[in-house]
Amino acid sequence: MKIKGKVWKFGEDINTDVIIPARYLNTSDPAELAKHCMEDADPDFSKKIKPGDIIVAGKNFGCGSSREHAPIALKAAGIGCVIALSFARIFYRNAFNMGLPIFECDETVGALREGDEVEVDADTGEIRDLTTGDVFRAQPIPPFMQELISDGGLIPHVLKSL
Amino acid sequence: MSRPMTIAEKILAAHAGLDSMEPGQLVEVYVDFALGNDITAPIAIKTFRQAGVNAVFDREKIALVSDHFVPNKDIMSAEQARLLREFAAEQGIVHHYDGGESGVEHVLLPEKGLVLPGEVVIGADSHTCTYGALGTFATGVGSTDLAATMMTGKTWFKVPESIKFVYKGKLRPWVGGKDLILYTIGDIGVDGALYMAMEFTGPVIDSLSMAGRFTMSNMAIEAGGKVGLINPDDTTLNYVTDRAVRDFTVYRSDEHGQYARVIEYDCSEIEPQVACPHLPENTKGISEVGNVPLDQVVIGSCTNGRLEDLALAAEVISGRRVSKGLRLIVIPTTPTVYIQALEKGFLTTFLNAGAVIGPPTCGPCLGGHMGVLAKGERALATTNRNFVGRMGHPESEVYLANPAIAAASAVLGRIGGPDEL
Repeated sequence: MKIKGKVWKFGEDINTDVIIPARYLNTSDPAELAKHCMEDADPDFSKKIKPGDIIVAGKNFGCGSSREHAPIALKAAGIGCVIALSFARIFYRNAFNMGLPIFECDETVGALREGDEVEVDADTGEIRDLTTGDVFRAQPIPPFMQELISDGGLIPHVLKSL
Repeated sequence: MSRPMTIAEKILAAHAGLDSMEPGQLVEVYVDFALGNDITAPIAIKTFRQAGVNAVFDREKIALVSDHFVPNKDIMSAEQARLLREFAAEQGIVHHYDGGESGVEHVLLPEKGLVLPGEVVIGADSHTCTYGALGTFATGVGSTDLAATMMTGKTWFKVPESIKFVYKGKLRPWVGGKDLILYTIGDIGVDGALYMAMEFTGPVIDSLSMAGRFTMSNMAIEAGGKVGLINPDDTTLNYVTDRAVRDFTVYRSDEHGQYARVIEYDCSEIEPQVACPHLPENTKGISEVGNVPLDQVVIGSCTNGRLEDLALAAEVISGRRVSKGLRLIVIPTTPTVYIQALEKGFLTTFLNAGAVIGPPTCGPCLGGHMGVLAKGERALATTNRNFVGRMGHPESEVYLANPAIAAASAVLGRIGGPDEL
């Protein structure tokens, strides 16, 4: 699978209150959550992005609460994948469970600029900056997480063994 | 003989049916107890229903707690609480709490003896790590993980490495569990324990009350920790023995257990801590904070809303008045805490000082309701997070501190300690 879109850059420790503020957690409707995605960092974010666009961030993306509304909001808003130096552990798990592609990458990924057109090969982890021609490589996805992806998420995976 | 293990490794090994295990290993474990709340459980319930599974794995081992947006703040949150009520009835889930039986989940469940030493507990709430104070491998997960556990009674973990924190020395006046954990987060950073088991040890922890221990374990997630464990001792057993609803097994770290890091702190040098906006790692000693005027003070939450916290705040504020123009909100976290605070006269003390007393709820901590901040307003809270917009408007600010600092600050109208009164 290939993901192609424009880069939106964010800093370190992007927390779940920024990804989807708690004042909108009186619903779990993906379309409603998508409208408020990243709102407190960029009020117009959900209007500006196009399907497939890619978030590039620093360390500890998704820290804070366990709300699965965070990856749901990103996915429903059209975000193709998130590339970060590291992910907070509950967010990491949630993303694989519900099917938002995420990639951990080393510092070189900081060279990606906001607005660059980027293509990510989800199978090989190759990140290609189509604007500059630079190529980066994400850390390989652990085998168990690959199994979750190929089963279609945690629930189909669990149902296989029930 | 198998390798020496930490408490985290021992609990996971026992729940995976293995004699031994190593960090990095992926294991499937059975779960002793699982919980969800009025924000996270609705997604888990919908996922459970969609999967077409008929019954939960054990109707006595799941708690559904409506505590975040209760009493229902609007029509949509009322629908979420109703979904929990309907699902609990449909599945015969024994531990469903709302209305006058409910309270802040991470105070309520230990109080009822539903989470116990040596157990594996998962909760669709990041502060599930609170129960680590009992020597429980307890960690926050998302709603889909909760749904899977409700179906199977199991979950998977990558065995975390452990960091041992050793707290030595003598605590200064007005310093408690909140200050120790804020100091620790300030030292290692908000991802300093990413995917690791934090283990709090040392003579200071040995003499810390259960309330102080719960506060410390509660904020392990604020350093990225998977769990925040304290080895059970007499203090733990005194707390759980009369409450426990199940038999339990106590695990303690072996003397030569392996740690990725060992960090020692001399607590004699730690003054009351304040975490400044907008991360819990932005900590300063109270003497370094400077003049920070406040619009609101909140005393409550799963971090610091226990009886001992209210006692401390009442002691500081007794006979004094909240500063003109500042709003003090006090939230006893469970019906039991509420009754005890009432009987001990704490609530009268707070009311006489000019405070508002809220019903048990997570409300203001997450900017939910009952204490939301306006644009440009500044609050000090005994809660756990001070992210941008955490308690309301994205241009509001939150400072975190212990209940004594919170009470003193409410009187002073700015951030300050009891010694300034």
